[in-house]
Amino acid sequence: MSALSTRHKIELIAVGVIALFFIVIFPLLNAHGYVSNFTINVWGKYLCYALLAISVDLLWGYTGLLSLGQALFFSLGGYMMGMYLMRMIGDLGQYGKPIPDFLVFLGWSGLPKFWEPFDSFPFAALMIFLVPGLLALVFGFLAFRSRIKGVYFSILTQALTYGASLMFFRNDMLMGGNNGFTDFRFILGFDIRNAATQRGLFIATAVTLLVVYVALRLLSYTKFGLVQRAIRDGENRVLFSGYATAHFKLFIFIVAAFIAAVGGALYVPQVGIINPSEMTPDKSLEAVVWCAVGGRATLVGPIIGAISVNALKSWASRAAPDYWLVILGGMFVIVVLLLPGGIVSIPARLKALWQRFTKKPDDPEPPKPPAPPQEPAVTPATTPST
Amino acid sequence: MTKPNYMLTVEDVSKTYDGFKAITDLNFYLFEGELRTVIGPNGAGKSTFFDLITGRAKPDKGKIEFGMNTDLTAMNEYEINRLGVGRKFQTPSVFTEHTVYNNIVLSLVGSRGVFASIFKRLSSTERDRIDELLKLVRLDGKRDWKAGMLAHGEKQWLEIGMLLAQDPKILLVDEPAAGMTDEETHRTGELLISLAGKHSIVVIEHDMTFVKQIARDGQVTVLHQGSVLCEGKFDAVQSNPKVREVYLGRGKSGGK
Repeated sequence: MSALSTRHKIELIAVGVIALFFIVIFPLLNAHGYVSNFTINVWGKYLCYALLAISVDLLWGYTGLLSLGQALFFSLGGYMMGMYLMRMIGDLGQYGKPIPDFLVFLGWSGLPKFWEPFDSFPFAALMIFLVPGLLALVFGFLAFRSRIKGVYFSILTQALTYGASLMFFRNDMLMGGNNGFTDFRFILGFDIRNAATQRGLFIATAVTLLVVYVALRLLSYTKFGLVQRAIRDGENRVLFSGYATAHFKLFIFIVAAFIAAVGGALYVPQVGIINPSEMTPDKSLEAVVWCAVGGRATLVGPIIGAISVNALKSWASRAAPDYWLVILGGMFVIVVLLLPGGIVSIPARLKALWQRFTKKPDDPEPPKPPAPPQEPAVTPATTPST
Repeated sequence: MTKPNYMLTVEDVSKTYDGFKAITDLNFYLFEGELRTVIGPNGAGKSTFFDLITGRAKPDKGKIEFGMNTDLTAMNEYEINRLGVGRKFQTPSVFTEHTVYNNIVLSLVGSRGVFASIFKRLSSTERDRIDELLKLVRLDGKRDWKAGMLAHGEKQWLEIGMLLAQDPKILLVDEPAAGMTDEETHRTGELLISLAGKHSIVVIEHDMTFVKQIARDGQVTVLHQGSVLCEGKFDAVQSNPKVREVYLGRGKSGGK
């Protein structure tokens, strides 16, 4: 409803510079051997996680809907991509049969009906949106129509992802059971293990993240964005102002599912495996921690959070593998108690500290001017609105 | 027999919460353009009364109609609001993280759909209307403030402004003077009086000076234990022995 605030202008410029680095310079460095294939692969994974984190932020930070099952949509997107990749293996599997190995192992000689269309990439791409989107539509419709809110909504989303993981663990689901899908060979005709292919996937992930970020930033400036945050801060007033809040929440829930699903779909070919452990509730909880650590309701916060927490995880799993969960939990507690604004709020905090330091000691307390704050509000509430 | 032009009809309405009779056989009629004041001791069912009209609660029995014959009992909150029933809550209910200006933007009459809100651009007429409303509620100078930073009385005014932005046919106003200074209260009263005629208004209030100011020659309804105890002009109601008993019996100074 208004022009970009100064803060967001600075943010957009910073994001533009960083995006240029990730989309152009980083892959170029990789192509010339200055950045290892391993590094670019790891960063590709982080950016996929960033997509998951930003979808949590859209729900939790901007709408006050704490979803503890967002990794389910991420995994479903991944599985849909995985089905396509499994079909692209052709007869190069262990058993040398034209169907995926796990089906041979289960005693199948032909392909189950629902697997057949996944030979086509456009179909798989459609399913990457359709399957998570439909699930979000049905679940969201029922939950929001019944006005399930707060902690009840969180518990239900967690139950949903747990239930789904149990289903996918079963072999007769014909989705690879607990081993999931792996051993991918080709994507769109390119050798998936080739460095150039991985580089392409990395660029695709970075571009997707940039597009999602820009789209959500623009959305936050529309009247829709106003309604969204108003629902977070006082749903009753929105309802009594004539807005069908359930419709808004449903729309946002589906969009968030799309974003998570795309993240998952890009994740699978880069990591090379998808299995039901990606759907277990702790994965979704981790995504919430990334979002909180980076800074809720900021869009850049979740990206920073996803990258930094996962970088820390990579380090910790080598340095102190037994303590990773303790570190993760501790970090969440510290952020909630001491830094509710997350990493992105650190500059403002330092500035405030600096001002207090440089103030002359015998200065009278300066009258606090009630500074007109910028809209949209980027400071999240101090208490986690569940 | 022609029906009088009621804006709101509430007939034989009852509502029970877990065995507690909040509203019992309530009858209430509001004329077009009327400014009605509703008083009553705590627990008389005043807020439940508003909940029933606005769709927040459903009556166990009875009829609630908007205008001539629109049944409100089958509708939910946002549908009732879209018909033209605006509600101001007892504790000011504004969008605390939004600017004063955007609070009005969100309330402004117009499409409420998901997709319409994505592509919504304010027209110049709408911007003028917002300016006009901000001047009316005297928040023109604080349009860029976060609503959460306003004083209590200013929030009350902002909420009234938001209500007017919806251009409702019926305004339900719950204790607008709570937390206001005497001067602010008086101004609120004048504002409500000026709105009567164009809108039909129901005001719930405790402050008797304020009630006297806005009731003037209009009707005052006294609620007690979920039903109408009596109805009439302010002076008549004030001197009614039943009303005095209800208020004084509970240690309230009803007839100052």
